Amino acid sequence: MNNEIVACFPQFANYAYAFKYLFEKGFGVKYLLPPPITKRTMELGSENSPDYVCSPFKYCLGCHIEALELGTNCLAQILGPCRLNYYGELSERILRDMGYEFQYFNMAAINWHSRKSIIENFKIINPDLSIVRLLSALPTSLAIIKMLDKFENYVRHNIGFEAENGEFDRTYKEFLQKLADIESGKQLKALKKEYWQKLNSIKLNKPTKTIKVGMIGDYYTVQEPFANYFMEKELAKYGMEIYRTMTFTNSIIHRRGKESIRIAKKYTKYDIGATSNSTVAEAITFARAGCSGIIQVKSFGCTPETDAMPILQNVSRDLNIPILYFSFDSQTSETGVKTRLEAFYDMVEARSGK
Amino acid sequence: MKIGIPRALLYYKNEKFWPTFFDEIGVDYIISPETDRKIIECGANLAIDETCLPTKIFLGHVDWLIDKCDYIFVPRVGYRFGYETCTKFQAQTDLVANTFRGKKPKLLFYNIDDKKAYRERKAVYKMGKFLKIKRSQIKYAYIMAKQAQMFFELFRRQKEEARLSESKKLKILLVAHAYNIADKYIGKPIIKAVKALGCEPIIAEYFDESECIRASQSVTATMPWAYNRHLVGAIELHKDEVDGIVLLTTFPCGTDSMVNDLIVRTYKSVPIITLTVDTQDGTAGMETRLESFVDILTLRQENK
Repeated sequence: MNNEIVACFPQFANYAYAFKYLFEKGFGVKYLLPPPITKRTMELGSENSPDYVCSPFKYCLGCHIEALELGTNCLAQILGPCRLNYYGELSERILRDMGYEFQYFNMAAINWHSRKSIIENFKIINPDLSIVRLLSALPTSLAIIKMLDKFENYVRHNIGFEAENGEFDRTYKEFLQKLADIESGKQLKALKKEYWQKLNSIKLNKPTKTIKVGMIGDYYTVQEPFANYFMEKELAKYGMEIYRTMTFTNSIIHRRGKESIRIAKKYTKYDIGATSNSTVAEAITFARAGCSGIIQVKSFGCTPETDAMPILQNVSRDLNIPILYFSFDSQTSETGVKTRLEAFYDMVEARSGK
Repeated sequence: MKIGIPRALLYYKNEKFWPTFFDEIGVDYIISPETDRKIIECGANLAIDETCLPTKIFLGHVDWLIDKCDYIFVPRVGYRFGYETCTKFQAQTDLVANTFRGKKPKLLFYNIDDKKAYRERKAVYKMGKFLKIKRSQIKYAYIMAKQAQMFFELFRRQKEEARLSESKKLKILLVAHAYNIADKYIGKPIIKAVKALGCEPIIAEYFDESECIRASQSVTATMPWAYNRHLVGAIELHKDEVDGIVLLTTFPCGTDSMVNDLIVRTYKSVPIITLTVDTQDGTAGMETRLESFVDILTLRQENK
């Protein structure tokens, strides 16, 4: 293993464990698990980024700065269909202007149709890269992502009803700690089996009829707990069952693009860009599946999600389901969020009681 | 049958193309008037608060047209010269359909959602077929419309280049999207203010689009937006000929929020000022900022 290169993606839910496996086993470089997002990350990010760029950019930038302070020398950034495509270049520029020195692996700069370009760009991470090793590590990394999504989905559905407070959190934390030291696919399978049983054996006080709430929103805000002010945990405190379709598995590994366009067809004639089609489709699916309410979370100024809002209003009217709209930026107050959630819960509870 | 064309957003990119096309195929059309306070207020009421100002204005124009014509022309343009446009242009059609659902407007569809170059022709043919026009007539109208737009842009560009090389006044490059610079509420007051301060406004949007996009490749490798590349390329080509740059943007424009930062970071030799227009204040207070900017430019010129 090359000891000199330490790579890092920005913090994004718990997927860092999958990237860690891919980078350490596939690329043969060290991978720094990015520090969890704190207020300081946000402040560092907003200080150095343009004023009204969407907040995920600020989180990513802040996270990269913190990672550089911890000794990373190779930063990586993913690509996406909206402004996300330009994150890489601009944040690299900003960090270089700040005087940091590092390698930058920008997935948006790769021409994915040309094998030469792909390999050239991958060699930024590790000059003596072995493609065979990279490909052999890929299936396990994907398996880690799928496993994380499966586990988190289970936790999301049940965390509000645990008999002993904090049991899910404790078990899950333990699981994540063990996940960081995974060496091979075999170990992963054993770990998965062990903790799937452990999670399933946690005692639940689940009533037969629960209040179900669907979460939709822009790619980063809905998935990263800090970006949505730990909304899932907050909702669980009220004893709600939380549903969320937008995960790494559903968006990248098994793309649901065509399916969501089909579901949203009644409201949207065309693909309306980035995540908005899947947002609309998810809202419709949740409403049909019997959710009592839907919460949309997005960063301030997210164009695709803003475009989806008039459509969501129509969905809400037609399918008779309340939708709560949250728009987060660096200045949002936590108390305001809590008050609105409380009011939402009262409303949803009253509606489902009648 | 009457078609309504909103004078907002992409209309300003196709000022001659669409009217000429509808003229040639013999379809009656009506273009909404210049933006005024009433249209903006109407659009702001219809739109979600966070929507950008040009989209609010667009909805206001659509609302003005809605009872005055049979079909409203709401184009959806996803790509331009192989690059993406902003996602709001991809969502436009569905946005209008959903916002005005109660009034049941009939929309005339025009959809470009492919990177390939022939997609525009295909979209035009599809629209013509929907209007029950003969293929030969569509072809003729398309060629005429294309030429009209081309010559319009050519003359506009030549005028701009002549002013750039001949004018003795302080030259200020106004960098703004076509739908911002030509709007009566956003761009025109700024142009007027620049002229009143005794400077020569040079409009970045008027330079050749494909040439600018080519030039932008040396500045930025991964910028996905064609319209922003056009502006960045225009700055790259003419940065040495102008005395100052005004970045005119609307709140909260998604693409500009990032690209303006890149421009400020890249061009350090030219003085740059960013002006942001929002729904409430409009361009009030901009004159003062422009005045002090021009003062700085004058001082710089004297020191040279």
